[in-house]
Formats: sequence, C-alpha cells, structure tokens
Amino acid sequence: MNTILKTEKLRVEFKTRQLGKATTKVALNGLDLAVQAGEVFGFLGPNGAGKTTTMNVLLGFIQPTGGAAYLFGIDVRQPIARQRIGYLPELTYYYKFLNAEEILRFYAKIFKIPNAEAEKRIDFVLKLVELQHARKRLIKTYSKGMQQRVGLAQALINNPDLLILDEPTSGLDPVGRMKVRSIIQRLKNEGRTVFFSSHEMGEVETICDRIAIINNGELKAVGSVSEISSQHGANLEKAFLDIIGFQPEAVA
Amino acid sequence: MKIICAVAGVAVKELYRRKEFYVLLIVTILICLVMGSVNVFNDDKVIRYLKELALLLIWISTLIIAITTTARQIPAEKEQRTLLPLLAKPLSRNQLIVGKFLGCWVACGLALICFYIFFGALAASREHAWPLLNYFQAALLHWFALGVVVALALFGSLVFAAPSSNSTICFVIVATILCLGRYLDAVALAQSEPIRSIFYAIYFAIPHLEIPFGMRNLIVHNWPLVEWKFIALDAIYLLAYIALFLAAACLVFRRKPVN
Ligand SMILES: Nc1ncnc2c1ncn2[C@@H]1O[C@H](COP(=O)(O)OP(=O)(O)OP(=O)(O)O)[C@@H](O)[C@H]1O
Ligand SMILES: [Mg+2]
Repeated sequence: MNTILKTEKLRVEFKTRQLGKATTKVALNGLDLAVQAGEVFGFLGPNGAGKTTTMNVLLGFIQPTGGAAYLFGIDVRQPIARQRIGYLPELTYYYKFLNAEEILRFYAKIFKIPNAEAEKRIDFVLKLVELQHARKRLIKTYSKGMQQRVGLAQALINNPDLLILDEPTSGLDPVGRMKVRSIIQRLKNEGRTVFFSSHEMGEVETICDRIAIINNGELKAVGSVSEISSQHGANLEKAFLDIIGFQPEAVA
Repeated sequence: MKIICAVAGVAVKELYRRKEFYVLLIVTILICLVMGSVNVFNDDKVIRYLKELALLLIWISTLIIAITTTARQIPAEKEQRTLLPLLAKPLSRNQLIVGKFLGCWVACGLALICFYIFFGALAASREHAWPLLNYFQAALLHWFALGVVVALALFGSLVFAAPSSNSTICFVIVATILCLGRYLDAVALAQSEPIRSIFYAIYFAIPHLEIPFGMRNLIVHNWPLVEWKFIALDAIYLLAYIALFLAAACLVFRRKPVN
C-alpha cells in the first residue's frame, strides 16, 4: 500500500506562561499515524486533544519538538510537499477586499496553474460548492456558510491528491453538511485521499474507511469504524467515550 | 517568480481598494490648493514656499502610506487567519516576505506617481515649466527611500506583535533619521571618546534617508540635474539596506510558529 501521510513519534510542546511561571504544555506525545492512498481517514478526539496541532505540523505551520512528518514521502518542512494537497483550516476568513473568483485565481497562481486551465478549474470548483452566483461579490458580504464553501473551493483548486480538512462541516446547516459529505464521497470515488477531523460521529460512521482517536496528544485507537465499535461492543459514540476514558457518572 | 508576483499583486490590490490612499491624496491636494490661492501678489518666493510645502506633504503622506500598509500586511493575515490557507500552499516563507515587500513597494510607487503628477501640475501652473528629469530623479530616490521604509516596517511587523506599535516605532525611526541623520556626525565630533564612537557607529549604521529627502530642495530652487552617477550610487546604497532588512525579516519569520 502507498502511504501518503505519515507521522513518526511526533511530539509538540508549547511553552506558555501561567501567572508569570513558564510551563510546558505537551500537545502531541509520540503520535504515529499512517494514512494510505485512497482512504477517507477520520481524525477524532475531544476538544484540545491535538487534532489541529497535528495538522499544523503536517502543513509546516509549526515545527515539531521531536519526531517527523511526511506527505507523499517528502518531509513537511519542504514547501514542495504541499504541492498536491488541499487544506481547509478550522476557522476560515478570506481576504475581505477580494471576491471569490480573485481569491481562487490568486491561489491558482501559487500552484503555478496555467491561466486558461486555472479559469476552467475556478469555474469547476465554484460550481461544485455552489457559489457560481456570488463569484463576483466581495467575501465580506458572504455568510459564514458561504465563507466555509469558499474555503472548500480553495482547498480543491489544485485538484489535490490529499485533502486535509479541519472540521469541514462545523458551522454548516444540515443541508450544507450533507453537501460537504457528498463532496468528500465524490473525491473518494475519484481515488483521492481525505484526512479530516470531526466531532460528528454520525458523519464519521458514514464516510470514513478508517479512523484514529487521540486524547491528550496520544493515539488511543486506530482502525475501521466497525472494528473499533465492535471491540467496545457498542456504537461509535459509546466506543469513543470509552476510549477517551469518559465516565458518565462523573457528570451526573 | 510567478508566486512572488501573485503575492505582490494582492498587496497592490488591497491598497487601491482601501480608502486611505485617496484620502491622503485629496488632503494633500486640498491643502496645496488652499495655500496656493493665498498667492495674490504672484510673488516669486511664494511659489517656492508652496512647492516646499507640497513636497513636504507628499513625503509625509507617502511615509504614512508606506508604513501603515506594510505594517498591517502580515499581522492582518494572521488575525484574519488568511495566513493558514496561504502557507498551506507550496510557497516558502521567504517568497511570502519578498512578495509582500514587492507589493507594498510597487503600491507606494503608484501612489508616488499620482503625487508627483499633481506636484508637477501645481508647479507648472505657476512656473510654466515641466523639468521632468529633475522630478524623475527626486521621485526615483524617494521611491527607493520608501523601499527601505517598507522593508523596515515589514521586518518590524514580524518582531512586534501589534501593528500600531510597529507603525509608531517605524515613524519615530524614520522621522529621526530624516531630521537628525545628517547632523549625527557633527554631534559625534562634539562628544568625548566612548560616546563619540557610539555616535559614529550609529551614523554609519543607519540608512541615510535624508539624502533622497534633500532632493526636494533641488526641485524647490530649480537647481540643475544631479549627475546620474550619484543617483545610481544612492539607489544602490538604499537597495543594500532593503536587502538587509528583508534578510532579517526572512530570518525572523523562518521558524516562527503560525497558529
Ligand atoms: N499556540 C499554542 N500555545 C499553547 N498551547 C497551545 C497552542 N496551540 C494549541 N495549544 C494547546 O494544545 C492542545 C491541543 O490543541 P489543538 O488545537 O490541537 O486541539 P484540537 O484537537 O484541535 O481541539 P478542538 O477539537 O477544540 O479543535 C490544547 O491543549 C491547546 O490548549
Ligand atoms: Mg481543532
């Protein structure tokens, strides 16, 4: 099998100050992940587990304290590792003084897509996320859901082989969520790899081939949805709570 | 190169889609026109004052444009979180810095052209002459000086978290250089030893922006052209500072976490 995304003993520490005292927060602790070509891989964990941090390392936004990460076998510290990926950040805002079309054109230039091809690609992705009608409007006039869709469009502009999506459906209405899911499904059918984080168990159950569950920066479980849920003799949500060590009595 | 141009293009677009540039241009024009209308006696000296004032206003306006536009580039990308999707593309951080610099510098150049055209029209309305080459010399060095300011502000925007404090610091530095830069060696001479060396060191370390600033006088007093050799030398001198500040900016940004 062809491993497209890989982390080896990834460790990230954040130096923070609390009441003037320097403390070290370990966000990722020896994380090993491997995502194979053509998979839809769900990345789960409670708030603050380290999902976004993992993606930040994969995209070269932060340097790991230890370990290494590779995309397509290339060390993530090299910009070229990002040539064939699309990325949707957790919270997205785009240049307010540009319209959707101009933003996509700008990003297409960074990928060095020839102009004629870029225009075709822009038409295609705008149609895919259903923003055709608003393509010439400034982004600051967009609703949150529309901005999220611009985010998805920019992630797809280079026809990526690997998509890294940080909570792609958060903040969307049920119709929006369904559309994002169908886009992911479609990408999967085209043989692309999708690595995404989510808090929506239902969504994860329907579209993921495999999932990983992390807690406090450590990998707790990895496998297909059915494997993981059957190991815990329950549905995915119960299994998830079990794995992260959540005690229902503690709440009650 | 295509990547750098793309980044620069967005920065230029931002400048002309924002209002500040037009406001400054209009304010400068208005002040000059009001002052110009005072000239009832058609006195030859008054036009000099008017030209002097216009050039001073142009310098102040372009410095404001250069510093404020540049200082907010990267902080705004961070704050609006546009930096993440951008850096997730195959562009290196150095390309981003150079692109931002070029964009701001070109934007300043475009603003400068507008200002100098206005200035030329203002002067011609009184003196009926268009000494284009003199204007070109002054504007060229002015543009290179703004390049140094842009590079400085870009470097500052990576060091200081808040764009406002960065802008203020840049203004103070640039204003100090413009006003005091050329007296610094004289000041140094008047000091006793350890302090004298420090002043000399500062004198040689700072970019002498007062040289392009002084080109104003040549236009105001209708002095002849400066030898091109000296213009070229000064441009190269300023270019060296641009390179220095950009290199420093790249170095600071290289390993900085963005999240
Ligand atoms: N820049 C930072 N400085 C200090 N601590 C940080 C920083 N970024 C993240 N952390 C800490 O690292 C841990 C992991 O955060 P991360 O954002 O990766 O969580 P997450 O799994 O994405 O959570 P969520 O589901 O809420 O998005 C958290 O405890 C967070 O407080
Ligand atoms: Mg997160």
